[in-house]
Amino acid sequence: MSSRYTFGGDEHIFVEVDEAMSLDAFFVSLSMTNAIREAQIDGVTEICPANASFQVKFDPDRIHPDDLMARLKELEETAETAEPVLDTRIVEIPVYYQDPWTHETLMRFRERHQDPEATDIEYAARINGYDSVAAFIEAHSGAPWFVSMVGFVSGLPFLYQMVDRERQIQVPKYLRPRTDTPKLTVGYGGCFSCVYSVRGAGGYQMFGITPMPIFDPEQTVSYLEDFMVFFKPGDIVKWKPIDRQEYDAAVAQVQAGTYAPRIAKVRFSLNDYNADIDGTNARLLEALHAD
Amino acid sequence: MPINVLSAGIATTIQDLGRPGYYHLGIPMGGAMDRLALRAANLLVGNDEGAAGLESVFVGPELEFTEDALVAVCGAELPPRIDGETCPTWTALKVKAGQVLSFDFLQSGSRAYIAISGGIDTPPMLGSRSTYAIGALGGIDGRAVQPGDTLPVGPSSHNAAMPGRSVPEALRRGPGNPAELRVLPGLYWHRITEQAQDNFFADEWKVANEADRMGYRFQGGRKLEFVERRQPFGAGADPSNITDACYPYGSVQVPSGTEPIILHRDAVSGGGYFMIGTVISADMDLIGQMQPHTATRFIKVDMKTALEARQQRTRLIEQIRQSLA
Repeated sequence: MSSRYTFGGDEHIFVEVDEAMSLDAFFVSLSMTNAIREAQIDGVTEICPANASFQVKFDPDRIHPDDLMARLKELEETAETAEPVLDTRIVEIPVYYQDPWTHETLMRFRERHQDPEATDIEYAARINGYDSVAAFIEAHSGAPWFVSMVGFVSGLPFLYQMVDRERQIQVPKYLRPRTDTPKLTVGYGGCFSCVYSVRGAGGYQMFGITPMPIFDPEQTVSYLEDFMVFFKPGDIVKWKPIDRQEYDAAVAQVQAGTYAPRIAKVRFSLNDYNADIDGTNARLLEALHAD
Repeated sequence: MPINVLSAGIATTIQDLGRPGYYHLGIPMGGAMDRLALRAANLLVGNDEGAAGLESVFVGPELEFTEDALVAVCGAELPPRIDGETCPTWTALKVKAGQVLSFDFLQSGSRAYIAISGGIDTPPMLGSRSTYAIGALGGIDGRAVQPGDTLPVGPSSHNAAMPGRSVPEALRRGPGNPAELRVLPGLYWHRITEQAQDNFFADEWKVANEADRMGYRFQGGRKLEFVERRQPFGAGADPSNITDACYPYGSVQVPSGTEPIILHRDAVSGGGYFMIGTVISADMDLIGQMQPHTATRFIKVDMKTALEARQQRTRLIEQIRQSLA
């Protein structure tokens, strides 16, 4: 991997770690953005990690673009030698797959879909070689996911599954984007899952919905009291399939202010992961259910 | 000292200079699309340059004042009327309690900035009063202004602001015809052929109807041809797709190589379309004043020119300050 540095006008430096998505590229992006934040460079105003790239916004009245570019390249050398270890958290996110709300929405936009005869999840299961939707849900909710980017709009996480490339699920986006997506839809496009933080337009395939708000500008949701956005890059997520009854119960708990997401602190080592993916994932899930 | 909104105009929102610092979470800086116009309007009425005012698109609101105030309208040529009497733009105007501020038809530009002495005093969210409707942040309940709203106004600073002062015409900046936007090539510029690179700057484009706070779409130029490659894992099948990445403010993305979109103050923070460059910071304000169908040329510049243009714009703001000091 050799990062490519380029200017986004006179206020941004954009760094592409790799053209292709991989956990290794994401890790470089995350460790680089952490190193830049720690370096506290005067004139740097925003640091945005993405899946396999990142962006730094700066004030050219305070630091010359060429000088900042040179600083970032220096930091890359430091970041390369750092041990790829991340202290983070694993979060369980309940998902009601094939729920009535995303179903109603996908039926409304069938003419924009590759396969108007099937639902989004039936289509995704088929083109990824799964015999049944149930087997597909098992794969989607089995191994955990890294939040590799937060963005597009308000607090929306992109997630990349922690499995080797052969097992990655891939689906195209809708042929033409929908003008509507229910809030908290669990979606899929390319090799990324996402959770739509707000209602709105979208092009990702729709698999289900979570009862757990992840963006709350009013900050009335109990676990969003401190900050209105739930996810940050580097979070690890495990989807938990739930049924209608569990979904309704969770919604009621959220409204009553008693819903507490299951969260555990974990240390993730990229080297351990690359040496033994399933073993590393199993230990992460053990930590999630330790109490 | 509340102001009663009798009618709202089009897409009238409360805006200040925005909320930088949350782009990594998908919350854009927002704020006035034409920042220089908002600064000028605030200076005219004796406010801090970053005080919150109203941004109206094409059609202004009708506002009933319950106390005396100074107002100023800068940016688009959208002449204000006080109790029906037409008044100049870019000028500090006295409005008395009980009077109604309304607007004539738009003569040029797109967005008018209405500053009121004391500034609009809605509760700030994440450090700004700017309305970001997608995230329901700022403004009044996170939305555009509606008839029946009352706008709270802060205490006026009672400094040297005098009715009748105006910003000299030479210091008012708007897009020309055709509009010229300076672009620094970069980002995924290498993804299109040399011929396409030349065509992009040679062609005349027009602003499309989809032109709002998130971004401006352009039509009319030749389709951009891509350098062939095998699409990388995670990027998606279309040659204009990339592994989802951050989008700089002002970046020019071209989905499927057909219609360029320039992201503006309420930008989506990232996505899966390649970008061929970025509009320089000095020219971002101009975009906010471009109407649909405005003929547009993109001018290729280097970093040196971009930084000089930025300094020129900083000097312009300084000249406006001095002219009103």
